[in-house]
Amino acid sequence: MNAGIAAIKTEAETGLADTYAAARQELPGGPAVAAARAEAFNIFALGGLPHRRLEAWKYTDLRRLMKDAKPLAGAPDAAALGAARQAAQWLSELGARRIVVVNGTFVPALSDLADLDEGLTIRALAQGLVTDEPLLSADLGTLLPHNEPALALNTAFAGDGVVIEVAAGAEIKRPIHLLFVTAGETASAIFTRSVAVIGAGASVSLIESHEGPEGSDYQVNAALQVQLGDDARLDHVKIVREGGAALHVGTLLADIGARARFNAFSFIVGGSVVRNQMFVRLAGADTVAEISGVSLLAGRQHADTTLSIEHAAPGSQSRETFKAVVDEAARAVFQGKIAVRQQAQKTDARMMSRALLLSAEAEVFSKPELEIFADDVQCGHGATTGTLDDQLKFYLMARGIPAKEAEALLIQAFVGEVIDTITQESLRDALSAATLAWLGERG
Amino acid sequence: MTALLEIRDLRAEIGGRKILNGLDLTVNKGEIHAIMGPNGAGKSTLSYVLAGKPGYEITGGQVLFNGEDLFEMSPDERAAKGVFLAFQYPLEIPGVATLTFLRAALNAQRKKRGEEELSSPDLLKRVRELAKKLGIDPEMLRRPLNVGFSGGEKKRNETLQMALLEPRLCVLDETDSGLDIDALKVVANGVNQLRSTERGMIVITHYQRLLDYIVPDVVHVLAAGRIVETGGKDLALQLEATGYAQYQNEAA
Ligand SMILES: Nc1ncnc2c1ncn2[C@@H]1O[C@H](COP(=O)(O)OP(=O)(O)OP(=O)(O)O)[C@@H](O)[C@H]1O
Ligand SMILES: [Mg+2]
Repeated sequence: MNAGIAAIKTEAETGLADTYAAARQELPGGPAVAAARAEAFNIFALGGLPHRRLEAWKYTDLRRLMKDAKPLAGAPDAAALGAARQAAQWLSELGARRIVVVNGTFVPALSDLADLDEGLTIRALAQGLVTDEPLLSADLGTLLPHNEPALALNTAFAGDGVVIEVAAGAEIKRPIHLLFVTAGETASAIFTRSVAVIGAGASVSLIESHEGPEGSDYQVNAALQVQLGDDARLDHVKIVREGGAALHVGTLLADIGARARFNAFSFIVGGSVVRNQMFVRLAGADTVAEISGVSLLAGRQHADTTLSIEHAAPGSQSRETFKAVVDEAARAVFQGKIAVRQQAQKTDARMMSRALLLSAEAEVFSKPELEIFADDVQCGHGATTGTLDDQLKFYLMARGIPAKEAEALLIQAFVGEVIDTITQESLRDALSAATLAWLGERG
Repeated sequence: MTALLEIRDLRAEIGGRKILNGLDLTVNKGEIHAIMGPNGAGKSTLSYVLAGKPGYEITGGQVLFNGEDLFEMSPDERAAKGVFLAFQYPLEIPGVATLTFLRAALNAQRKKRGEEELSSPDLLKRVRELAKKLGIDPEMLRRPLNVGFSGGEKKRNETLQMALLEPRLCVLDETDSGLDIDALKVVANGVNQLRSTERGMIVITHYQRLLDYIVPDVVHVLAAGRIVETGGKDLALQLEATGYAQYQNEAA
């Protein structure tokens, strides 16, 4: 424990330690959950906030980027609930079932829980924690082997979130939209943990969006744990549109069963500092995973996409495609690792990250990694960084299209290649529109 | 009457190399001028300089378009004023559907001229009509611009753009190259339909055959960055026989 104390140095680290000491009695959970929290907090205490000397956090030094710890958000007040009612209007055309989490608290009153499809249950994480429900406390426990500092903090502090269960064989037609809203004048820290357990042969589409007030330097640490059964299908889209001063640390943990189909897409447009990390394990044979994302960054934004995909069984195919558009003095990070275990023969994995720099000050860091222990596999990765093609721009301008509009067309084309892979049309349209809006704000 | 295009003593360089060396050319409304000349003479350079491609340094001379200084305008402004270049090598733009591009181009020009934008159904109708005339499969309009198009398809697509945008000055840079005989007739037909007393054209070509279909009023020889000879339609026939050897001295 001494080493741990020694690791806690910065104002943010001390703040987190103080917050934990003060809050641990009140955080929801029976003895098993409390034990998991204590263990998780200890992981944090031993290492402190992740910093640049940790390989996985090389480009996102939270010790430097996180200036202080904010107080834990309390239950949302009437004003916050009012703000949440107005949230995410740009996603209102999705026809999705809205499940609303305000300042880290699941709010059934704002959520559409009527006429749940057969085989679908949706409930608050907090309830399950209080009773030490084995599914959830075991869950929290299994996360610890990662020794992942951001996730450890999440485990230590997460008070609520959404638990979604889809029974085996159930085909959930209507997409579910988990809407995470931060509201309020004072900046707070929000830790949520959500869980999706999708039974064998079931299918569901899950949209997860995060937003909050423009000027507030609030902090979000949101984790989602997915268990996808054999032959099941999940389409997951995560949208990070936090306020311009916010810190967002997101973790996706996914365990994918045999012959399952897993599509994950992330769209990052908001936030001051964003770390979006995904740990995907293709546990069963013959799965197909498509993991992709788009980041649109400007100002002094920093967005780090870190992906680790593990092929643990034979015959699975995975495709990872990430694109970043980086303007002004923004910074994009992509770290992608494909690990192929010895038994995972016939793996077919391909990863590509592409960045488009729109200004001389913009920066991109890309670190692809392959770790292959099987011999009969097809794996590849590539990374490119470029600027807009002047020849193409001239061709468009020669037809009367002004410079800014020509650039916008080329940028749209660049990200469109990935956005177009989203199967749900209304969602594709919403993200294309968001891209257009982003382009419209370019100076 | 003000000339549609008046080029006086134009001098241009790229990467420190002098390409245009005092070029004079006047095109009036209603006229078609053919420009022929050896490879590397500066024909494409002239067309790029007129369209406003970055990278060229204009070291002397002047270009007036309807009396206005062309070099004061950005490429898109020139296009909106009516300058159109059919590229010798049309570019491929992945991810931008041909129809999206056509809509963006036409409406940007209209907007700049203070005209009403064309509605999507109206645009689609017009584009479909033109495509049919030019023998372009309407399916191609949904494909990304020029991506995977054959050489001939790209040239037809350039002609389609020209017909849609109805420019004042059409500069066709080897629009005939890469076209089979039937396509040549179709494209030439498309160009001829744009012939009008309000419009001027510069047709750059290596083959007098094109000029059987698009009959020029004037034929020029461009060598070493200057117009070295100007004549009537028979100049093209004569060049077919003699080649450009006689102009090499002037080039030197
Ligand atoms: N970026 C460049 N840097 C240096 N020289 C260049 C550049 N672009 C073109 N040139 C040179 O300028 C000269 C004129 O080229 P241009 O393309 O205008 O010729 P052209 O008359 O169109 O020839 P062709 O009949 O082969 O199409 C050529 O010698 C060419 O190599
Ligand atoms: Mg040429």
